[in-house]
Amino acid sequence: MKEDDIYSELSSIRNLMERSTKFISLSGLSGIMAGIYALIGAFIGYKLVYTENSGLLFRDYYVNDPTIWWPLFLVATVVLVLSLATGVWLTVRQARKKGENFWNPVSRRLLINLAFPLITGGLYIIILISRGYFGMIASSCLLFYGLALVAGSHYTFSDVKWLGFCEIILGLLAALIPGYGLVFWIIGFGLLHILYGSIMHFKYNQ
Amino acid sequence: MKISLEQFDKAFENRIRLQIMSVLVANDSYDFNSLKDLLNVTDGNLASHLKALEKEQYITVNKSFIGRKPNTQYIASKLGREAFKKHLEALENLIKQQKH
Repeated sequence: MKEDDIYSELSSIRNLMERSTKFISLSGLSGIMAGIYALIGAFIGYKLVYTENSGLLFRDYYVNDPTIWWPLFLVATVVLVLSLATGVWLTVRQARKKGENFWNPVSRRLLINLAFPLITGGLYIIILISRGYFGMIASSCLLFYGLALVAGSHYTFSDVKWLGFCEIILGLLAALIPGYGLVFWIIGFGLLHILYGSIMHFKYNQ
Repeated sequence: MKISLEQFDKAFENRIRLQIMSVLVANDSYDFNSLKDLLNVTDGNLASHLKALEKEQYITVNKSFIGRKPNTQYIASKLGREAFKKHLEALENLIKQQKH
């Protein structure tokens, strides 16, 4: 056996071990898109809640006002659905480009690990809403999303873990400083996603 | 240059067998179809190499059904894990020897 052969053998082993345990077709672009959707959503939400009157900003509604609730809920749902759809679409496309099967044991494990914290969080937030604890929604979203990312990061790029940590810290801060849910939402779901997506895109896609 | 060939595992002389073992060592278990996708090999080819590894008792096979579809999971045995580790060490030693 020649030295080059051994190196190629070792690198093929390494590559297989990594590919069989980590799902590496996550698209950075989908992170950027999710961030942009979140910013647009936050802007619409802001416009719904505040109106400008001769240079002064007024809050027309408070989140516990049911008339503003449904439009805001609708905006948030549209952002969520659009982000998920774009994420799945771009990830499937990326997997195809790499000649990989999108549905494999690793992507299954990744999804299951993401699903537990996300579903728990979703149910918890529905309970919060039904009991009228509107002030805690933004921080709960960030917290459970961050926990889901940390749980899932085991089965994909380790960068996802750092995004998760940042979301958790933001979630805790949002709980400490009530009334600024939208600001934390913009940072956590908008800016952080764009930053993370750009890093991923330039690190792995080129 | 002397190469200690006795350290190399005959079962891993074939590249696909070594690749199968790499995947099984890194995972708790792996199913037939996913292995096939990952390694890019044909059914028959994969099956014959899996048989060979099974014969060496390097892997264990767990057959079950999901609905009506057969689902065969392969698991690296303790013996197989040790053999794989030894084989990698032998490869490393070979590189070290050639550097001197």
